Amino acid sequence: MKAVVAVTGVILFGFVLLHMLGNLKALTGKDAQGVPHIDTYGRFLRTMGEPLLPHGFALWSVRIVLLVALVLHVGMVMRLETQNRAARPIRYHHRLVLVESTVAARTMLVTGMLLLVFIVIHVLQFTTGTIQVTPIEPEQVYTNLYNAFTVWFIALFYVIAMGLLGLHLYHGVWSLFQTLGIDNPDRNRGLRLTAVMTAVILFLGFCSVPLLFVMGTMPEPPGQTAALATPPEESP
Amino acid sequence: MKLTLQVWRQRNADDAGRMARYRIDGVRPDMSFLEMMDLLNEQLNQRGEDPVAFDSDCREGVCGTCSMVINGRPHGPSRGTATCQLYMRHFSDGARITIEPWRAKAFPVIRDLVVDRSAFDRIMQAGGYVTVHSGPKPDPNALPVEPEVAELALDAATCIGCGACVAACPNGAAMLYTAAKVSHLGLLPQGQPERYQRVQSMVAQMETEGFGACRNYAECEAACPKKISISFISRMNRDFLRATLAEPVNPRGTMDSQ
Amino acid sequence: MTIELQASIPHGRIEEKWVTHLDHIRLVGPRNRPKYTIIVVGTGLAGAAAAASMGAMGYKIECFCFQDSPRRAHSIAAQGGINAAKDYRNEGDSVFRLFYDTQKGGDYRSREANVYRLAELSMGIIDQAVAQGVPFAREYGGLLANRSFGGVLVERTFYCRGETGQQLLLGANSALAREIHDGRVRMHTRTELLDIVVVHGRARGIVVRNLVTGEISSFAGDAVVLATGGYSNVYYLSTNAKGCNVTATWRAHKKGAGFANPCFCQIHPTCIPAAGEHQAKLTLMSESLRNDGRIWVPRTKRDTRRAAEIPQDQRYYYLEERYPRFGNLVPRDVASRNAKDVCDEGFGVGPSGLGVYLDFRDAIGDRGADVIESRYGNLFEMYERITGENPRQTPMLIYPAPHYTMGGLWVDYNLMTSLPGLFAIGEANFSDHGANRLGASSLMQCLADGYFIIPLTIGDYISRHPNGEIGTEHPEFKEAEQTLRERTARLLSIHGTRSVESFHRDLGKLMTDHCGISRNEAGLQEALKNIPEIREAFWNDLAINGGSAELNQSLEHAGRVADFLEFAELMCIDALTREESCGCHFRQEYQTRDGEALRNDEEFAHVAVWEYTGEGRTPVLYKEPLHFEALPPARRDYKK
Repeated sequence: MKAVVAVTGVILFGFVLLHMLGNLKALTGKDAQGVPHIDTYGRFLRTMGEPLLPHGFALWSVRIVLLVALVLHVGMVMRLETQNRAARPIRYHHRLVLVESTVAARTMLVTGMLLLVFIVIHVLQFTTGTIQVTPIEPEQVYTNLYNAFTVWFIALFYVIAMGLLGLHLYHGVWSLFQTLGIDNPDRNRGLRLTAVMTAVILFLGFCSVPLLFVMGTMPEPPGQTAALATPPEESP
Repeated sequence: MKLTLQVWRQRNADDAGRMARYRIDGVRPDMSFLEMMDLLNEQLNQRGEDPVAFDSDCREGVCGTCSMVINGRPHGPSRGTATCQLYMRHFSDGARITIEPWRAKAFPVIRDLVVDRSAFDRIMQAGGYVTVHSGPKPDPNALPVEPEVAELALDAATCIGCGACVAACPNGAAMLYTAAKVSHLGLLPQGQPERYQRVQSMVAQMETEGFGACRNYAECEAACPKKISISFISRMNRDFLRATLAEPVNPRGTMDSQ
Repeated sequence: MTIELQASIPHGRIEEKWVTHLDHIRLVGPRNRPKYTIIVVGTGLAGAAAAASMGAMGYKIECFCFQDSPRRAHSIAAQGGINAAKDYRNEGDSVFRLFYDTQKGGDYRSREANVYRLAELSMGIIDQAVAQGVPFAREYGGLLANRSFGGVLVERTFYCRGETGQQLLLGANSALAREIHDGRVRMHTRTELLDIVVVHGRARGIVVRNLVTGEISSFAGDAVVLATGGYSNVYYLSTNAKGCNVTATWRAHKKGAGFANPCFCQIHPTCIPAAGEHQAKLTLMSESLRNDGRIWVPRTKRDTRRAAEIPQDQRYYYLEERYPRFGNLVPRDVASRNAKDVCDEGFGVGPSGLGVYLDFRDAIGDRGADVIESRYGNLFEMYERITGENPRQTPMLIYPAPHYTMGGLWVDYNLMTSLPGLFAIGEANFSDHGANRLGASSLMQCLADGYFIIPLTIGDYISRHPNGEIGTEHPEFKEAEQTLRERTARLLSIHGTRSVESFHRDLGKLMTDHCGISRNEAGLQEALKNIPEIREAFWNDLAINGGSAELNQSLEHAGRVADFLEFAELMCIDALTREESCGCHFRQEYQTRDGEALRNDEEFAHVAVWEYTGEGRTPVLYKEPLHFEALPPARRDYKK
């Protein structure tokens, strides 16, 4: 069971990493036609594999894999949590004094649940456009980002969420080395460092986008570009 | 020293139990924690009350019998120390001390601070051995063992089976104990033939006993009186995954070890 | 009733006895073994090894321990190591040399044939343990490492850091765990033996108390094996675990098994002294500390200055002055006796005046702090944890403490007591260590008995009798159970004022004073007068709360102390009767002009075996003469 949590964790982590790299495209400007790089990237994601695969097939395959991984990840954690609660039916009168575990480790469940909430909101906002705090236009990834992240509270919300992600991943990455028996991160400084670096890089990478927007350092979106005409979606 | 003790009292397994408060006087800093408990019992006995039942035997930190959670820490505040080697000089005069039994479903309370740790024995019985009979054996030097390997195996084998790892784990997991046992034999050449079967049987038994799951908090390592490293947990996980994925499942129970 | 002391020593040269014996003893075939039930009491090295070995052979084993797990038996606390005559170091070690050292160390008060067999089997024990996965220390090349131990001339001790006992016990216990899993051994934990049941002159079972439920019940078998350890706790303060007791062997004695040499108890010189009245046990510090530490007391009596304030010329390095050749490295008994002497004369230090300094100042000065730290760092830490003092700066306080009892149930060459069907192995028997045990020999004896001797010799007895015709419904069992229920009820109904602990402490003090490191007639007579008084007070003024049908630790302890109170008397009688000094038994009346032990081979080269004759009656002494054929006795002398 634990191995399932770890393996699905690796899958989700891989996705998060790619997602961050994709996001950074928002900061790289636009091409000669004035189309922001990130819009092109968004289009690539949908047309990936064509013409061999039908339109959007690759994207949806990835989405299904991710969804299954997420469900398994959360499901197994819930089962383990039930087992853990059953393992100590009578609590200590004096609260257990925790001396070794990190804050990240102790808050895995909390950060995990908050991240789940965040994922739902995030998908509803940018992918389906169900929640429209700021207008979400199909295909106009850069414009949508610009509109959303120049609103301070949206940017703050995302930065906080990414903080949670960093914490979750710090212990998650640390933990998966241990659970999959790759090596012991407590003994191997390299692995411990990997966990820290991962968390920090992801946090900084993700946060750079909303922060740069909210600080007003990013240019305003260009006018409507007519070239793209597929349903509204950001990255997967 | 004067102390206020809050002690878990429970008459037997069926009793619900409660915390009781005792004031104790005449404690000296050079007493061991268990001698302080002896003194409490002496005073309770004088008052015609039942003494507090607690487990202890060797009182030199090796038999693993003593088992008290002191102020929320198994074996108390000193690292790498079993309850029996904890001394009262670590507490201040007038201190309030909460004393509870190991808490885990797999360790039901028998009375007061005494718990039933036979689950640990059953994990051992599931596979914690090398199958050899008594009788003539090859000379040990025919099979050299690198000293580092022998030392590492001994680091694991130094486990005294007290159960503090379970008591300290927020999830009540027995991973450190099982991992120490699995690693000890898994590291040595003598343990190789049964290595994968052993880890499967012992982990299966551990789960059957109702221990929680490891979340890599490392609290077990901090509470361990022998400072056993959680790196053995990683080692066990590795063996277990390898056994599950690559080795044929051959549960111990179906095998005739004769 | 009389005791027959048939030692059954095989004929032939000493090197051939065991092999010849094995060639001629009766065996039980593999198909028949499951028909026999063997009861094993105790799960230390001897008990666990015996139960596992006999279980693997196919016998049905009922195994008992009072601890919550077989792994916690007190063998686990042995630190130093285990001897074996492997001669890996090419030093000229041999079976004979190990035999010689053990026999000489025991001051020629043990049976030659047994000791030789022990030395012979020593190598096989190491092989067996390694095969089980015992992680002995290894050299860089991967071969087994050795160290020297206890002042012998060869390095023959195998070790696992300072926890050899634990590792060997885990090895034996793992074998036991396998047999439990496979169903050939039924393990009963938290179950204490209360009595032995004898039917038609043979031991046929035991009565036990389940310590959790308080239930008293019986188990029947074709033979009973006691592996219940020693009785150092008769002194209350000893290096033994709190639970160690004499009950099993004493009960066996009362049922007809002869008790041999009860006065032989080894007092270990380097223990942490008692800090006060409240002290519950004494902690052993490894003997190796004497390799570098210097032992001294102030030259002025009752000197209250701190150690650091006492100048060099006012320090009395008594061992170095009295034994210039061996200095601080004199054998255990000599070191212990001298420590007691200086303290009795008023030179002792520490809060109780019962302590001497073990000082590392000069060693640190000569060899450097690093070297000393690397040798004894872990021991210093342990000392600091217990006393709160740093032995690198202030000298350690040490004092001798009872540690191991060489005496025990008399057994023949097959390890059977004088009660047919009752066997005793490990520290519970008397056989191999004479009047003084060598370091690193106890583990060796327990495992030799358990792995290699009893599994074979028991078959010789068993095969001569039909199996299992007597069950627990036999009236003898019912009667024994009833007697024990009444005894328990009696203990609970005294309603006196004093705790069990206080009686045990009184007895311990009495025994330490009069039957401890050195003994004399007047003291022993005094003790013999006082013990019955304590016993009477115990049975009239004991206060135990709680009932019998529950976990009641005071009641458990009371039962054990009641037996110690009877046993102590036998110890003193034995000490009084042995009018010589040998090994750890030092009678002040029998010493040389320089205060050394004076052995008397003409009159006392025998095993003193006592027969129980009833409550309040004087026990009867039987003597098993010791014949020294392979090794004529020589005098131990450490002055020259």
